Amino acid sequence: MSLRLDRLEIARDGVAMVQIDREVAPGEVLSVMGPSGCGKSTLLAALVGALPPAFTLRGQIWLAGREITGLSPHQRRMGILFQDDLLFPHLSVAGNLGFGLARGVADRAGVIAQALNEAGLAGMGARDPATLSGGQRSRVALMRVLLSDPGALLLDEPFSKLDAGLRAQMREFVFARARARGLPVVLVTHDLADAQAAGGDVVRVTGEVLRL
Amino acid sequence: MARAGLWAALTLLALPVLAGLAGVLGPAFGYLPALGRSTVSLDPWQAVLAWPGLGAAMRLSVVTGILSTAISMALTLLIVAAWQGTRSFQWITRALAPSLSLPHAAAAFGLAFLIAPSGWIARAFSPWATGWELPPDLLIVNDPWGLALVAGLVVKEVPFLLLMVLAALPQSDSLRGQMVARSLGYGRVMGWMKAVAPRVYAQIRLPVYAVLAYSMSVVDVALILGPTRPPTLAVQILEWMNHPDLGMRFQAAAAALLQLGLVLGVLALWIAGERLVARWGVGWAAGGARGIAADTVLRPLGAGAALGIGLAVGLGLAGLLVWSFAGLWQFPALWPDSFSLRVWSGQSAALQRRLWETALIALGATGIALALSIAALQAGARGASAALIYLPLIVPQIAFLPGLATFALILGVDGTRWAVMAAHLVFVLPYVYLALADPWHAWDRRAGLVAAGLGAGPARVLWAVRLPMLTRALCVAFAVGFATSVAQYLPTLLIGAGRVSTVTTEAVALAASSNRRLIGVWAVMQMALPMAVFAMALMLPALLFRRRQGMQIG
Repeated sequence: MSLRLDRLEIARDGVAMVQIDREVAPGEVLSVMGPSGCGKSTLLAALVGALPPAFTLRGQIWLAGREITGLSPHQRRMGILFQDDLLFPHLSVAGNLGFGLARGVADRAGVIAQALNEAGLAGMGARDPATLSGGQRSRVALMRVLLSDPGALLLDEPFSKLDAGLRAQMREFVFARARARGLPVVLVTHDLADAQAAGGDVVRVTGEVLRL
Repeated sequence: MARAGLWAALTLLALPVLAGLAGVLGPAFGYLPALGRSTVSLDPWQAVLAWPGLGAAMRLSVVTGILSTAISMALTLLIVAAWQGTRSFQWITRALAPSLSLPHAAAAFGLAFLIAPSGWIARAFSPWATGWELPPDLLIVNDPWGLALVAGLVVKEVPFLLLMVLAALPQSDSLRGQMVARSLGYGRVMGWMKAVAPRVYAQIRLPVYAVLAYSMSVVDVALILGPTRPPTLAVQILEWMNHPDLGMRFQAAAAALLQLGLVLGVLALWIAGERLVARWGVGWAAGGARGIAADTVLRPLGAGAALGIGLAVGLGLAGLLVWSFAGLWQFPALWPDSFSLRVWSGQSAALQRRLWETALIALGATGIALALSIAALQAGARGASAALIYLPLIVPQIAFLPGLATFALILGVDGTRWAVMAAHLVFVLPYVYLALADPWHAWDRRAGLVAAGLGAGPARVLWAVRLPMLTRALCVAFAVGFATSVAQYLPTLLIGAGRVSTVTTEAVALAASSNRRLIGVWAVMQMALPMAVFAMALMLPALLFRRRQGMQIG
């Protein structure tokens, strides 16, 4: 189950902004670095299938041996985490996790309880997400993505709003789980420490490899 | 499917207006085969021109329209300029906002009761200051200059424009603009007027045009507060439409076209005025006058205007309520000698019937409007379509509803509840759409992306994420639509052909009577119904999501 960006090129008004040709192996992290406005978020938008119409995309995206370039966002199995947790405010913590869990799964309550356990939130399923701490909310957001059984994980500066101590913990938590499940990960960040903690290759949006 | 919703909404907005105008055009030139006239003639126009009141009626339309719009606009800008960013401003907006759900007719009745020679104001100063032992014989309400009409319009339009300005403020970078002006040494009002007002006005132009067109052609408020001999042109058109002699419909149609021309002409004049003010304003803004001293006068003036409007509406409504329960109440006593339920119980059967009819029509029209608005927004309605939304609000009702009534007559659906509901939809839809559009676009799209990443298709994102997250906005939009429907007078009367009655048509029909207790009962009902729905709309999300802090207003 790997993620392949096959001569991917994103252009605006005929000018190429993003050029990447790489394969991300299961459990591996590809970090994309650069200042804001360089096209990192555009790359993620292209990967989830929400590229604004002003951009043109060339090349192909392959996930687990399946070409997904033309698929709708909900058909791609690309889990995404933003810097805000974006938990649905109208649902409980368990409701948010249940939203991610696929329909046919037996013993939903058991699966959700286990996920809460894994996130160190045992017994907090009925809670209002707004009453959790920032770190807890981030962990719920990650568990929600993992329960949806994604084929890859996209991270859009997911640690930038956490304070320093929490940030290291959360990095560890996210990368460990991605590795355990063999998910290819694309991390977009402007924080060098994020990229170092991820441990994988670091590139610019132009595909140039950075040596840390 | 979503595209279809967009087109359905746009068609629904434009088609009735255009069809109605077309339906007026034929009869205005004597052509209406359904009434056996299939030749074109100028007779209807000659009949209109022969009416001795024409000049005065036209003048009244123009003067009351321009005057009430200009005063409402000036007061709204003054209130915001003088108080934006203060605690008092929050208080003002909170106090004036509920009057939005108030039907124009109820507010007009309240004001009429307040300022009438036997109203609370006269009573408060009699006989100790005025010497009046009996109500003075003064024509305060229905004055021939239309000043009471202007006042009635101003107390309703200022809260509306204030809300429009509030919605425009975040996009105008108003607080920072104001801060820059203040730091350059400008007074509060002067700084706001020079730095912020131009940006704000650019965004509320369409609502201002709607207010102008409405004020020039309103019928229900004019029946309650306006002059009678002659009345405004719009009221006269309605009289001709309702005349037992169907032949009068031809001159009604001609006059409706005249009214449309009048509104378009004044709109053009207003736009020319905007240009002039803009040209002069550039020099004024660059002239450097700081206007520090002006604040000492203008800030209390703004507060006074807000207070006066709040009191006029609040005391007016209280007056309606007291009259509806009043037993003997002699001048100049401030309070009735006794209270009684006589009028309420006498009317209870009729009240129940009309309330049911009103609610049914409002529920239907608002439900359809909400579904269409969601479909149109989901299909990505913006820009040009948003301007089209204002079409039914800018073309005067009295100009195109007679045409729709004629079509309803020909189709044989006039006087049915469903036809009235459809006519209401034309006016409910724009307000529901406008109430929903901003929160709809403000919704964080990333929530949809996250949901799609979790495998949710577009339908599930809409039903399970976006709509629940917008519950509060949906409820408010529903309440706005409901209040709009309840307040409709002319569509109910003309399309209902006198056979469909709501609390509003009942209340306005009493305008010419002098039975204050009866008017009180019906006007109270007319304001209570939309207010109850508004209260429910605010309570429902709070109740549904009482355990969800993220769903409370931030």
